[in-house]
Amino acid sequence: MQRLTDTLNFQSEALVLRAERQRLIASNIANADTPGYLAREMDFANALRAATGGELSSPGGPTGRLSGGAGLATTHPGHDAGDLGQGAESSLLYARNSQDSVDLNTVDLDRERASFVDNSVKYEATLRFINSGVRSMLDAMKSANQG
Amino acid sequence: MSMFKIFDVSGSAVSAQTQRLNVVASNLANADTVAGPDGQAYKNRQVVFQTLMMGEATSAGVKVSNVIEDNSPGRKVHSPNHPAADAQGYVTYSNVNPVEEMVNMISASRSYQNNVEVMNTAKSLLLKTLQMGQS
Repeated sequence: MQRLTDTLNFQSEALVLRAERQRLIASNIANADTPGYLAREMDFANALRAATGGELSSPGGPTGRLSGGAGLATTHPGHDAGDLGQGAESSLLYARNSQDSVDLNTVDLDRERASFVDNSVKYEATLRFINSGVRSMLDAMKSANQG
Repeated sequence: MSMFKIFDVSGSAVSAQTQRLNVVASNLANADTVAGPDGQAYKNRQVVFQTLMMGEATSAGVKVSNVIEDNSPGRKVHSPNHPAADAQGYVTYSNVNPVEEMVNMISASRSYQNNVEVMNTAKSLLLKTLQMGQS
């Protein structure tokens, strides 16, 4: 039974992470003019590995969420603990600036735009994988005389 | 659906850029304002952006934390016949630099467009997500 939905589980984890990354890039683009803002980027491969527990087929096992996630230290009331809970927080990196800027903002808008489009396409690809997985599963459940 | 947060993030950026554009409009409108009897002409204004964390580490919006005034002295033009001229015959105009403001305006409108596009993409992705398993 588990084997039936393994692929779907994997794809749904990937979809959640894609949505997460989309939001991250949206934040970077939103803060393109904020002085001192440090652009974030997600290590997608690591995040997906953490979210799926290292491998695709882990029947019944823990999904590895929060594994290795060093929580953010809150030393000030204004600090944000950040509850991702998707295995993504351990894979959040700081993007390095390609050009120095006077206001210490490290958002490279060209790169962010490219990542945004890249991530949208891959999000849609993951959606299609899920849709085709669902469709073939439904096809397999049909009886012979159903056409 | 964590993607709905994108509308908060980009929406905050759009409203911050709108505020910036508003300030640019005020500056440009007052580019040729002369000082009143108190000698105080219009002062160039500038918005200050600040990151606004929205619950999670991956969603960072923008807010306008402050609007600062530029206190540098205004442009002085010698025209003794002007009604607002001082004893030496100088008229003090505002310290707005129209070229800087035009650049500021272009930058603000580009950022605005970027964020609108982000929201449009997020919307179409969400609509496709709504149809998951139906096609």
